[in-house]
Order: sequence, then structure tokens, then C-alpha cells
Amino acid sequence: MNKRLLRPLYTVPYTAWIILFVVAPIALILYYSFFDLTGHFTFDNYKNFFTSVYLKLTISSFWYAFLITLFSLLFAYPTAYFLTKTKHKQLWLLLIIIPSWINLLLKTYAFIGLFGLYGPVNAFLEVMGIGQQQLLFTDFSFVFVSVYIFIPFMILPIFNALDKLNPTLIDASRDLGANAWTTFRRVVWPLTLHGVKSGIQVVFIPALSLFMITRLIAGNKVITLGTAIEQQFLVTQNWGMGSTIAVFLILFMFIIMLITSGSERGTTTNGKIK
Amino acid sequence: MKEIVRGAAVIILVSAILLFVNAKLNEGGGSGGKNTITVYNWGEYIDPDLLKQFEQETGIKVIYETFDSNEGMMGKIEQGGTSYDISMPSEYMVEMMTEKDLLLPLDYSKIPNVKNIDPYFLDLPFDPGNEYSLPYFWGTVGIAFNPTLLDGQTFESWDKLWDPSLTQQVVLVDSARETIGMGLNSLGYSLNSTNLDELRQATDKLKKLSPNVKAVIGDEVTQLMVNGEAAISLTWSGQAADMMYENEDIDYIVPEEGSNLWFDNMVIPRTASNIEGAHAFINFMLDAEVAAQNADYVGYSTPNMAALEFMDPEVIEDERFYPDEETRSHLEVYRNLGLEMLGHYNELFLEFKMDMK
Repeated sequence: MNKRLLRPLYTVPYTAWIILFVVAPIALILYYSFFDLTGHFTFDNYKNFFTSVYLKLTISSFWYAFLITLFSLLFAYPTAYFLTKTKHKQLWLLLIIIPSWINLLLKTYAFIGLFGLYGPVNAFLEVMGIGQQQLLFTDFSFVFVSVYIFIPFMILPIFNALDKLNPTLIDASRDLGANAWTTFRRVVWPLTLHGVKSGIQVVFIPALSLFMITRLIAGNKVITLGTAIEQQFLVTQNWGMGSTIAVFLILFMFIIMLITSGSERGTTTNGKIK
Repeated sequence: MKEIVRGAAVIILVSAILLFVNAKLNEGGGSGGKNTITVYNWGEYIDPDLLKQFEQETGIKVIYETFDSNEGMMGKIEQGGTSYDISMPSEYMVEMMTEKDLLLPLDYSKIPNVKNIDPYFLDLPFDPGNEYSLPYFWGTVGIAFNPTLLDGQTFESWDKLWDPSLTQQVVLVDSARETIGMGLNSLGYSLNSTNLDELRQATDKLKKLSPNVKAVIGDEVTQLMVNGEAAISLTWSGQAADMMYENEDIDYIVPEEGSNLWFDNMVIPRTASNIEGAHAFINFMLDAEVAAQNADYVGYSTPNMAALEFMDPEVIEDERFYPDEETRSHLEVYRNLGLEMLGHYNELFLEFKMDMK
């Protein structure tokens, strides 16, 4: 009896957490987005967002986030696949995860040294006879460093999906005459798709709002929505416009969640709450 | 159930103890004590030996905290969590903080050393009559360049940066006022222009610079210049001095058309709890020998006329860091243009950055 009465109490911490740290901040952002610099209610921030500068910014953010996600996936899938085939797979997995424990800024600063004109990468290119290249402050270095930073988050869900895959299914497929490619396309890929989708979610969404790397590695030649939000809050002190950009970022995230959550059974729970 | 209760009790108890210890620590070391002052300054912007000397001379203990942006500093003072007794905002921020009523007026009967300051640096438009602030250091914005990496190009004019031979060579600073300001200066307009047409022209001119721009970054530029990775950068005089200290090839010039003259200033925020001590600190820092030692350590230019006597003549005769009055007459001090204009500057800057490729 007593226990049943107490049961609703157990949800209090969870509900309080969600209200305080998820619902309230989003509501506040939405609230602030309707105010201008002088504290008057306005829709101008939204109008302003649809001017060419911010639209261009959104498109370029999406383009780079797409590139980062694509390359992460291209490298992560085979890596995860071979990991499941190795003998000490948990150890190997750990080795891949460990770098993600190091502070992101530290890793970024390390790349400034590595990619510098007099850095080891250029020294290697010189030896190879390719000659010195301007690596820092290019699209290449930006995508490379971002992929390096995000790839553990892509490998992990794909690895889990592949690891749980019942190997007898592959045997069955081969027995029934499918070649390796068909087996992959018709059996392995569909059964690990949910892993890929959660990988895309955890890479694409943070990639949309990357900042700091845009300045340190890309020298501000790549600008993302994250950079714009930072500027609005810290430099311009226009909280209204900053919040408006954040509102759109949240909207984009919801859309991506909806697209990637699909109808897989018992997989990604994110975005299904609604 | 019992265990949960017990666990919760332990957590609450521990938290209470930690809170208590925290409060005690703050009381002892921190804000509010009669014989302490809390100084809030930019990083690497004072000779630490002078803080010790001040403590010995006056018996006032100094708590020293640093910030890295004017806006961040103002935010903390506005919140009022810590009772800062001294802060060092730049000139436009003095204006903004005055507007927001965040500063206390200075009592000149307690600052006799004000006589040491060069009158040229007093009574400026951002704080008429120096009611709230006194200059701490000053400097310019200009071009640092490394002639060994160039084919004899010089930069007595801003327009030289647009030279087509400088593809991918110029590093700009990630700050709207400086970069848009460079565009304005190169067209002969005021750095404080609020004329939308002039600002548009400046932005369009900057866009033409795009092929020459290597990157738009912050303090990281010092390292890039020092190790020869970058050849030209738009920078503050003090930062240029840092570069030159580590790499002797580097030179610094303020182009003829004009540029920015900036000040960092000592102020007493409204949060101050030891106003007496704050005045003592300002007076101490304005002492000729102290200012000379500080300028020597920090490497920026001091507004303290009396201090120049105690400094290396080679330093103060260096026109690059102590330009004569004729050069200074081309320089302009930033005015606070208001948040709306600042927003417009930043939007134009964003447009320029978006256009860089």
C-alpha cells in the first residue's frame, strides 16, 4: 500500500530536472527572443534572421555540419566494423574513446601546432616531395579537426549496433546465396541503421553550433550559427537576437531528431517523447 | 527506505559543511574586509612585485583577479557578486559603465599623484574632467609585419594591405570595431562613424581585401607572428611589443591616414567596499617610479609623464610606441556608439567574414 503511494514521489527528481534544466531554459530563450535591445516586445529579431546574412550563415552551417557528419560516418563505419572483428574489442574501443576525454580546446590548440607551416605535417609533406602547404585556416583543416573530435561519438553507437548483430543472420544470408555486398546491403546495414542514426544525431547537431574551432582552425573563414550566437551575447550584448538564432538552432535540432528517429523498434528513444 | 533517508541526511550535512567552509574562506580572504582591496584587471597587466610593495607600504592586502574582455568584466560588476574595489576598463567601456551608473566618482584630494599624468591624456571626451577614471596604459592600433617574409613592402598607408602581391598574408583581429575601423580609416572616415553609407563603403572595401586575408583570429596571432607563420597582422601596439620582444625581425607601424588611440583606465566600481584603499591603490600606481617599473614589466606605453625619467631612453624615444604629438593628432579615441550601432558594426563584420571565400 505504502509503496504504491510513494511511487509518484520517485518521479519528482526526474520531473524537477527536466523542468529546471530543459523546459525552463528553452522557455527563457523563447521569451528573450521577442525583445529588442531596449527591452521592448518585438518581432524584429525574427525578421532580421531572414535577411541575407543570417540565411547564408544557416546554409553554410548546414553544409559544414553535413560534411563533418558524412566524413565521420565514412570513417566510423568501417572502423566500428573491424573493431567488432578484433580479439580485444573492448580494449580497442577504449583506446578510441580515451581521446574524447581530453578537453576540446587542448586538442584544437595541438592542431594549430601540427598543421602550422613549420609543423610536423608540413615537414612530412616536404620529405614526401609534395612541398609545404597552407593547411591551417582552410576548409580541409576545419573538417579534418572536427571529424577527429566527433568521430568517437559516431563509432560508439555503430559499434554497439554491429556488436549486437546476430552473426547467424549473416551466415544465413550467405547460405541463401547472397554475396558479401548483398549481405551488407540487405542484412547488416538495415540492422545497424539505428546505430548510424544515433551517430548522425550526436555528430550533426553539435557540428551545427561549433564555435572556437571556427576561429582557431578555420581563422573565421568558416562561420557557424554557434559563432553568431556567441557574438550576439558576448560582444553585441543583443540577447534578443542571440536567443532568436538559438530558437532556430533548437528548431533545426528537432527537425533532425524527427528525421533520424524513424520507426526502428526499441532503438533511439530520443525525439520520440513527443 | 531508511538507507535513502540516511543517505540524504549525509548529503545535506556534507553540503552544509561545505557551504559553511566556503563562507568562512571568503570572509577571511576576500571581499569586504577593512584592510583588503580587490583589484580586477586584465591578465598579465601588472608587475606582481608592485602588488607586494603596495601591501608593505600601506598594510592593505590585495586580492587580484583577472578578466579577458571588457564586456565580461562589466557583466560581473553589474551582477555585483564580488566587491571589486578597482577595475581597468577601456575607454568606451568607461563611457558605458558611466551611463549605467556603475562607477564611483574619484576623490582627487586622495590622489595627489595625478599631477604626474601627461595633461594630453586627461580630460578626454569619454570621461570629461576625469570624474570617474584615470589612464593606466595607452596604445595604438597598427600593423605588425615581418620584413624578412616580405619583398620590401611597407605599410605607411592602410591601402598597402590591398596590394595584390600579398595574397593570403594578412591576419586580421576578430573584433568588429578594429577591423571595420581599418576599412573606415583607409577611406579617410572617422573610426566612430555612425553614417550607414560610410560603413557600407568600408565593408565593401574590406570585402575586396578578402583574397589577402589569411585568417581572422584573436590572441593566437602573437604565436603565429613570432614563429614566422604569418607575415602581417592588424594588432594593438602592446601585442606588437610582445611579438617584437620574442622575434626581433618584426616591426610595427601606425599608418598615416590615422588609427585608434586607446586607453585602459583605473576606475572604482560601485561595488567597492574599501573606497579609501582603492584611492590609495590608484595613487600608488601613479607614483613615477612605480609607473616606470610597471611600464617596463608590461611593455605598454605609460601616460605617466614623470615616470618617463626613470625609463630606458631607448624605449621612450621609440616613435612606434611613444608617437609624437603630430602622429597622435591623426589618432582617434573610440566613443561608445550605443548598443544598436555596435550591433550594426558586428553585423557588417559578420557579413565580411561570411564573404571571405
